Amino acid sequence: MSTSVDSLALHHAIDQFNAAYAAALDDKRFDAWPDFFIEEGRYTVQARENHARGLPLALMALESKGMMKDRVYGITQTIYHAPYYMRHVVGAARVTGQDGGRILAEANYAVFRTKPGDASEVYNVGRYIDAFVRADDGALLLAHRLCVYDSEMVLNSLIYPV
Amino acid sequence: MNAPQTLSRWSQPGSSRVPFWAYTDAQLYQRELDKIFYGAHWCYVGLAIEVPNVGDYKLSHVGERQVILVRDRVAPRDRATDHGIRVVENRCAHRGVRFCQQPEGNARSFVCPYHQWTYKLNGDLAGLPFKDGVKEGECVNGGMPPDFNLADHGLTKLRVAVLHGLVFATFSADAEPLEDYLGPNVMPWVERIFRGRELTLLGYNRQRIPGNWKLMMENIKDPYHPGLLHTWFVTFGLWRADQKSRMVMDAHGRHAVMISRRNPDAPAGAGAVTEGVTSFKSNMALNDARLLDVVPEPWWKIPDPAQPGQDIMPTVTMITLFPSLIIQQQVNSLSTRHIVPRGEGSFDFVWTHFGFADDTAEMTQRRLRQANLFGPAGFVSADDGEVIELSQDGFKQWGEEGSTLCELGGTGTEMTEHMVTETLIRSMYGYWKKVLAV
Repeated sequence: MSTSVDSLALHHAIDQFNAAYAAALDDKRFDAWPDFFIEEGRYTVQARENHARGLPLALMALESKGMMKDRVYGITQTIYHAPYYMRHVVGAARVTGQDGGRILAEANYAVFRTKPGDASEVYNVGRYIDAFVRADDGALLLAHRLCVYDSEMVLNSLIYPV
Repeated sequence: MNAPQTLSRWSQPGSSRVPFWAYTDAQLYQRELDKIFYGAHWCYVGLAIEVPNVGDYKLSHVGERQVILVRDRVAPRDRATDHGIRVVENRCAHRGVRFCQQPEGNARSFVCPYHQWTYKLNGDLAGLPFKDGVKEGECVNGGMPPDFNLADHGLTKLRVAVLHGLVFATFSADAEPLEDYLGPNVMPWVERIFRGRELTLLGYNRQRIPGNWKLMMENIKDPYHPGLLHTWFVTFGLWRADQKSRMVMDAHGRHAVMISRRNPDAPAGAGAVTEGVTSFKSNMALNDARLLDVVPEPWWKIPDPAQPGQDIMPTVTMITLFPSLIIQQQVNSLSTRHIVPRGEGSFDFVWTHFGFADDTAEMTQRRLRQANLFGPAGFVSADDGEVIELSQDGFKQWGEEGSTLCELGGTGTEMTEHMVTETLIRSMYGYWKKVLAV
């Protein structure tokens, strides 16, 4: 980072992005979720044990906005599930590097699940490993969000994106 | 003098109405552990490729007992007959410590840190500190008793059988050989996937499902639901009640194979089987079709075990090997699914996805992509965990008087050439009743 003010501005922009991303999911505005990504954006949710061992299997592996929209359709129209609230708590972003036009960053996340009528529980915790790009208007968009979660023992199912 | 006969608790004849207590009774569950998981049955532990090198180990479970799957050293002269895979219980013979705390790794021996009792990879007790006492001047203090024999105090060793890279184990000296346990009806379907193939490990997914372990066996013995619950299957022609299908079982009705073929000529959309099916979405089209870029694989086609001289080419085979294993071949996606019971109301479900060493990079990508349908977040599988949990909730709230009704296709336990039946579930409970003596 060339100046500490640039660094501050960039970290702030990513924190704001993450807050908006979390709000969209927690409010169940799922149609807004793919728009946080570029067209060929990728979204991967993967167990820490697979990530650490270099194994390719993911829980969810979406390779385009199109696949994300298909996931949203699945969530809202086809996958039978007991509905639940999500609440994200996202830690401070850390920029880890810049690679061509890409900004690499990480942030811890924790998602709490509450099924109506039941107690809240720690549901899925991990870290985001992100590659951001800037749109023409300067806004940040995700080229890839890899959610590596510690909560390898999924509490039955994971329906909504984290 | 006639002893009074104990009334059968399962008072209905047959096995089509499963009582709710079969899913909720804690004492019955303990008997299931003893008679099934620790009895004369074979349980899945893992794949041989998970422990590729000598000394490699990973933790697994048989029933609720944690075990270590390990690749032992084998002398060159024995390598033709000894696969070298051992399964030992993760419990020190000294004072019971579950000593191995790394989920996987490589070791030259196993050492319990509490008192440094040391075991060979095959579970033999190799040594322990102060076995012969400690010298103090002219005296020797302590040590193990004179009749102490290392050979008597190793780890509990399970019997192991490796079938085409699938590792099974049993605590029982009475379990028949694995090939006989599986039987000739089911074996061709296991061989179709695994025989002569070198596997590659793609990764793991895990979920803790709050339901009785038998509900997962039932779910994969239930061809009734995929065409109804799983919207994806219906709409994209991956599974429909009007497909050519076959229900295969072993002689005891405990293992099964559900076999199905995608209908090449059938309309992809509406038909008689989708009328009135609320999950059918006739206008569902994917934004990104790569998810369902299914490519038939040559090995799907085998000589038909039921019709000598003819071939059969299923697109789907779902194998249940009682009590603990499901083998999935669903289009290009392959997995083993391991049932690990945790009490009468919960089980862990561990998915091991795999491919073949001769897969192209494209095929591997296809397998990984189609994995989006399966696992705890799967477009298809997530529903199964949910309905299992919700079944258990239903059983718990009603109690001893309740029972299920598994009478689609009647009350018999015959194999069929269609999938409009709950015969596989009835057959499993027919066997279960005998084993549990209820």
